[in-house]
Amino acid sequence: MSVVPAEVLPGSVLAVEERVKRGAAELGPRARLWPALCAVYRAQLSRARVARIPLLFVATFQSIGIMILMRGVVDGGAEARAVVAGSSVLVVAFVALNLLAQYFGQLRSSGGLDHYATLPVPPAAVVLGAAGAYASFTVPGTVVTAVFGCVLFGLPLAHLWVLALVIPLAGAALAGLGAALGLLAPRPELATVLGQLGMSAALLLGVLPADRMPGLIQFARDLLPSTYGVEAFARTFGPNPDWAFVLGDLAVCAGVGVVSLAVATWAYRRAAVR
Amino acid sequence: MCAVRGLTKTYPATRGRRGVPGTPEVRANDAVGLEVRRGEIFGLLGPNGAGKTTLVRQLTGLMRPDDGTVEILGHDIVRHPERASRILAYLGQESTALDELTVALAAETTGRLRGLEVRQARAERDAVLEELGLTALASRPLKKLSGGQRRLACFATALVGERPLLVLDEPTSGMDPVARRAVWAAVDRRRAESGTTVLLVTHNVIEAETVLDRVAVLDNGRVIACDTPAGLKEQVAGEVRVELVWREKAPLDMPEVAALRPRAVESGRRWSLRLAPEEARAVVATVTGGAAFVALDDFTLATPSLEDVYLALGGSAGSAQGLVKG
Repeated sequence: MSVVPAEVLPGSVLAVEERVKRGAAELGPRARLWPALCAVYRAQLSRARVARIPLLFVATFQSIGIMILMRGVVDGGAEARAVVAGSSVLVVAFVALNLLAQYFGQLRSSGGLDHYATLPVPPAAVVLGAAGAYASFTVPGTVVTAVFGCVLFGLPLAHLWVLALVIPLAGAALAGLGAALGLLAPRPELATVLGQLGMSAALLLGVLPADRMPGLIQFARDLLPSTYGVEAFARTFGPNPDWAFVLGDLAVCAGVGVVSLAVATWAYRRAAVR
Repeated sequence: MCAVRGLTKTYPATRGRRGVPGTPEVRANDAVGLEVRRGEIFGLLGPNGAGKTTLVRQLTGLMRPDDGTVEILGHDIVRHPERASRILAYLGQESTALDELTVALAAETTGRLRGLEVRQARAERDAVLEELGLTALASRPLKKLSGGQRRLACFATALVGERPLLVLDEPTSGMDPVARRAVWAAVDRRRAESGTTVLLVTHNVIEAETVLDRVAVLDNGRVIACDTPAGLKEQVAGEVRVELVWREKAPLDMPEVAALRPRAVESGRRWSLRLAPEEARAVVATVTGGAAFVALDDFTLATPSLEDVYLALGGSAGSAQGLVKG
């Protein structure tokens, strides 16, 4: 089927073996961080149409169901705030931590990372693009859950704008954690289990009111990055929110986000070249 | 263009776990040396497990060799594996990274990640999809396509953002003849216009014979031969292949048939024999003339193919089924 004989090609040197080392050829362009990140983000976001929307419904219904169940247990006040905030951030944990861990786990085990690894793209662009897209998937579910919770428990809707900070920052922390777990887990099943465990921890430690927990669990709660997103969000339901504490909690999310995304980027490099 | 010297890669032994037996150490590449010239279609042929994919992964910077050198267009890929992605485009066997994207977005995104500007990536995307006849499928997600169409879409992504070297791991597997033709036409156009070099991993002997300029035959991690397909076939030019297909089973009660048995490679009802031309003529006369003809379903006489070359070179016993004819 090949009709061009090799001998007639332009610049052909076929007859002579290329023993003589000439100057190295010019390299093709490298993809820069921002354009590459945007391209990965856009591609990942488009996957939502095919695969992620049904799962997002599950995540939202799960959180709404939990709030309805808890309505019989808590009686307004601080506990109600914690339940609504916890359920909202749970949507973020479900998608950004659990689903992203599964995605990277499967990509790594099936050899899908080769596609990115043989393109001149910075590792950070792949990790941040995917993490950003997964954090974006959570926006509608989190907003729906928060509004529904406020109505259900009679909480003020005035400060819901804080979700514009909580979602990206808690999203960065949890997506970074999810990506790192998915890329570091030696097998995809393990990545799935770790993602599920992370989400279960966010559910138990974030939604259930902390005051009734034993000390050890409270300590575990302090270690989980989603806790700080929950606390920041819960504080804004109060009559006079203490914005310094809100910002402090969000700063913890941001810090964990930077570290976990850096770890995930390192894990990607490690997974891409074996 | 691309020089490989003394490339060696050993996979360490794994310890057995519960229910999973351990595997011994495997030397996947053993001092492999190759020289691919500019503008040629160079093939790597060999059965499953011969070390083709391991070799390709080291050439593309995906895997570090234990020993040896890889030089592509003057760049040391062992020392600078990240440069490989700026010299070559790689089409692997997996498409999981692209499966949920539409054909158009997969091509555009890959182009952008190869360093193209948005406008340029879109223009090249449109041109490549048109060239490969994929325009009608552009808005369909890859995972909704048939295996051959998906493979063609992945091939399209390898062409967006032109590179002087294409490394293709079984690019046409699962494709229909129209798609195959589109692939080789696209490759030929790039060779004619910009002297693109192609390194092709293949199982398919017929394709190897028709498209390759030169071929290296790998077996057990070593290059056991490297020449043009015609040059390799000359090594067994004195022989003819006789294929006999029996209706139910070979009539072994007939001495002339029983005498052939030790020389035949049997697979079910099919016997395959490599014989000198006059011997072949005698065998055909025997089985078509006498009582054996009743037991015979079909027979063919053929000049040797690359598959016969592979067998004649002493490729590992019993691994011939790794090479798929057709």
